[in-house]
Amino acid sequence: MTKVENNKAWFLVLPVFLLVAFSAVIPLMTVVNYSVQDIFDQHTAYFVGAEWYREMLQDPRLHDSLLRQFIFSGCVLLIEIPLGIAVALMMPTKGRAASLCLILLAIPLLIPWNVVGTIWQVFGRADIGLFGWAINSLGIDYNYAANPMDAWFTVLLMDVWHWTSLVALLCYSGLRAIPEAYYQAARIDRASKWAIFRYIQLPKLKSVLVIGVLLRFMDSFMIYTEPFVLTGGGPGNSTTFLSQTLTKMAVGQFDLGPAAAFSLIYFLIVLLVSWLFFTTISHLDKAK
Amino acid sequence: MAEIHLKSLAHSYSAQPRSAADYAIREMDHIWHQGGAYALLGPSGCGKSTLLNIISGLLSPSEGEVLFDGQRVNEIPPEERNIAQVFQFPVVYDSMTVYDNLAFPLRNMKLHESKIRSKVLEIAEILELQPLLDKKAKNLTADEKQKVSMGRGLVRDDVSAILFDEPLTVIDPHLKWKLRRKLKQIHEQFNITMVYVTHDQLEAATFADKIAVMYGGQIVQFGTPRELFEAPNHTFVGYFIGSPGMNILDVKSCQGGVEFNGVQVPLDAELCQFLDEVPSNNIKIGIRPEFIHISNETIKGSYECAVIHIEDLGTYKILTLDLAGNLIKARLDEDQQVPEGRAYVSFPKQWLKLYVDEFLVEEAAQ
Amino acid sequence: MTATINKPARFSGVNSGAKRKVDTQLRRKLGISAYILFVLVPIYWLLNMSFKSNEEILGGLSLWPQNFTLDNYAVIFSDPSWYMGYVNSMTYVSLNVIITLLVALPAAYAFSRYKFTGDKHLFFWLLTNRMAPPAVFLLPFFQLYSSVGLFDTHLAVALAHCLFNVPLAVWILEGFMSGVPREIDETAYIDGYSFHKFFLKIFLPLIRSGIGVTAFFCFMFSWVELLLARTLTSVEAKPIAAIMTRTVGATGIDWGVLAAAGVLTIIPGLLVIWFVRNHVAKGFALGRV
Repeated sequence: MTKVENNKAWFLVLPVFLLVAFSAVIPLMTVVNYSVQDIFDQHTAYFVGAEWYREMLQDPRLHDSLLRQFIFSGCVLLIEIPLGIAVALMMPTKGRAASLCLILLAIPLLIPWNVVGTIWQVFGRADIGLFGWAINSLGIDYNYAANPMDAWFTVLLMDVWHWTSLVALLCYSGLRAIPEAYYQAARIDRASKWAIFRYIQLPKLKSVLVIGVLLRFMDSFMIYTEPFVLTGGGPGNSTTFLSQTLTKMAVGQFDLGPAAAFSLIYFLIVLLVSWLFFTTISHLDKAK
Repeated sequence: MAEIHLKSLAHSYSAQPRSAADYAIREMDHIWHQGGAYALLGPSGCGKSTLLNIISGLLSPSEGEVLFDGQRVNEIPPEERNIAQVFQFPVVYDSMTVYDNLAFPLRNMKLHESKIRSKVLEIAEILELQPLLDKKAKNLTADEKQKVSMGRGLVRDDVSAILFDEPLTVIDPHLKWKLRRKLKQIHEQFNITMVYVTHDQLEAATFADKIAVMYGGQIVQFGTPRELFEAPNHTFVGYFIGSPGMNILDVKSCQGGVEFNGVQVPLDAELCQFLDEVPSNNIKIGIRPEFIHISNETIKGSYECAVIHIEDLGTYKILTLDLAGNLIKARLDEDQQVPEGRAYVSFPKQWLKLYVDEFLVEEAAQ
Repeated sequence: MTATINKPARFSGVNSGAKRKVDTQLRRKLGISAYILFVLVPIYWLLNMSFKSNEEILGGLSLWPQNFTLDNYAVIFSDPSWYMGYVNSMTYVSLNVIITLLVALPAAYAFSRYKFTGDKHLFFWLLTNRMAPPAVFLLPFFQLYSSVGLFDTHLAVALAHCLFNVPLAVWILEGFMSGVPREIDETAYIDGYSFHKFFLKIFLPLIRSGIGVTAFFCFMFSWVELLLARTLTSVEAKPIAAIMTRTVGATGIDWGVLAAAGVLTIIPGLLVIWFVRNHVAKGFALGRV
């Protein structure tokens, strides 16, 4: 579609611009401002330049939680994307059963994040939770509050439970957009199930998968509430991710300057990874 | 190589069909001979695509049998039927190149890559696709895509019939005839049975040796274009084939023939006798506009009518006439004199057709 | 010499013989059932717990309530400081959805139809806001809204949630609007429609399911968010999710009431998904398939 050149369109965008400027630019400027000052109280502050950035970049707290964050987001993508595709492929295609599946799948997406944490906090406990009880009665010693591996497993399982539906619903609607004739032609061409998936379904799913991967990367990278409620970041710091480290620093210890520098580094990492992902995808597209 | 026999075939999409109206395909017996070029012609919703999908195996008929060379294939899935099908909207595998698209069915059969290569190149040459072989299929134009989907049917050695489901719908008019000629050429070259579904009589007539006209879930006539034109077996064929279609008049049986609004049309004794014996009141006569005889003065057996409208189409004219309250059309050639106000028409006996319950009443050969 | 009528046989009796490949169908059904079970069991467990007394919960595992009780729900519905939490959450979520749609609709239209100075940069910049971790904005938000007197109001939370909802809404709506052919706009203008009348009477109905899905997403992300909502409120606009932390008392956690409160937070989401269920299949592709 060709677009018309028209600068009056700015008037249509103006409300969004003002709103986002208010809710993003001003706060961001405040953060930038903090990040270059050493603040003692409301009236005493010294300009320290890039000092906080230097300090933060060498801070093991950042390194550790960044590493954990990448491992977590990587695991989330590796599990949720294939699982979501599989769920979408298994879903009924029409009728009441399809509606019912859609509704049931969407439920986890609409539960407040702290309630998600609560659900798994209860569900995974050996004394009052079905899951924890079941695992333990299989003879496996499982306690997410004491054992870091168990905590990781539980946090991951919770995220899979919480978000795979999003990927599945995106893929489901992508699959519905494939005309029946494609499947018929494939049958006549004697395509195997795998070939149908590889050459018909997957190419059509690409655009929704890009959305799915981006959303899942961003949101898993910013995760805060669910692990906070479930494990409180523990045991030790084993499930403390970036957002939690940052909140501890800013609200808990009130280290405004370092926290602000941390914030900006954090923001830049999200931007950078998303951008890398996006440009790689579009490059691959063009290269073919 | 296959002869396709549809034996007492019927299909209904509802699980418990109660009346004839529940059937997309009404019970039929039909044979497509090996190597023929056939068209399946009919208006949308008459069941042509359903019939095609039953032949290819995408649909399992609810009643009757599909026989390939006498073998029942009802239970055999499309992938094992040695049949290719080209759809209305071109189906290509977007992420693959044209070469890979053409090679796809062969790779699925696990053929050797060198064999695949020679076969793909051969077909690409016939379809004039060589310059595009390395291009991504999604960047092709609609007619190129349609050629690719035809090519996927042709590369297979084992294909004995290709089914076309209105394959030229999305193709530009000036490319349509080119592709149609290509098809014809391929047919001659490969000795493959081809069944071509369309709602366009011209397309059907230029492609096919024999046309099956479908109406209301039935094949109402199967014949050469000439047969369809000269002796339509069903009022629908008369109306659907030809431009303008056949004049069809509701009549009642009377002494020595039929009559409508006081106009008497004599018929052969044999037909009269037949009419006396059938209980039906649904009697019609039909005559093609091309076969109506027109003159300026009354002659024996002619009827007077008012000229309502004259449409000049260059080499010929179409007259709309009022014959005792019924509008009929007649074709007038260039060199004929144009009647003014009144005209006298007569119906040559060999072109006047009698229909009972919409079907043609045929006289035994004389 | 006899005349014959050349008529095919009429349709005769009915015999049916439909055969299907049952095997893969069955496997798919089993797979999807297993996954849905995985989704539902944890929720069932919460529901199960909400109908038990604390003694029963801590007393031992049971798959359904042995002494069915509604006491936990009674606690919530009899205490304004509890149930007002729901009212507060619903209020700011609704406010947010309205504000978001009001500003995002014209903007998305501009992005889908016009070229203008800086359009691409602006669009990208908007999207980057969706990538901003809310934790980054905690303190500045707190200070900003305090200084303009919005702290502890529904509006503050609604505006804060615009940070991530507006970019998403513009992006989703732009996808849907680009799917509507330009010719429709032009025809409407030729027919003498003003921009406002065209936009409200013709264009918006065309992208109905897009608006539905956008509203759904905005509702979803605003309803489930806690970090910002908790930070920007103290009493008057405190969201239910934050009030739930009260169940942790000196005597330990009041599991029953916590579970009941949790169950009640699921219900609004269920209602919303029920309303948009018919748009989900088409809408979730976000106009981009």
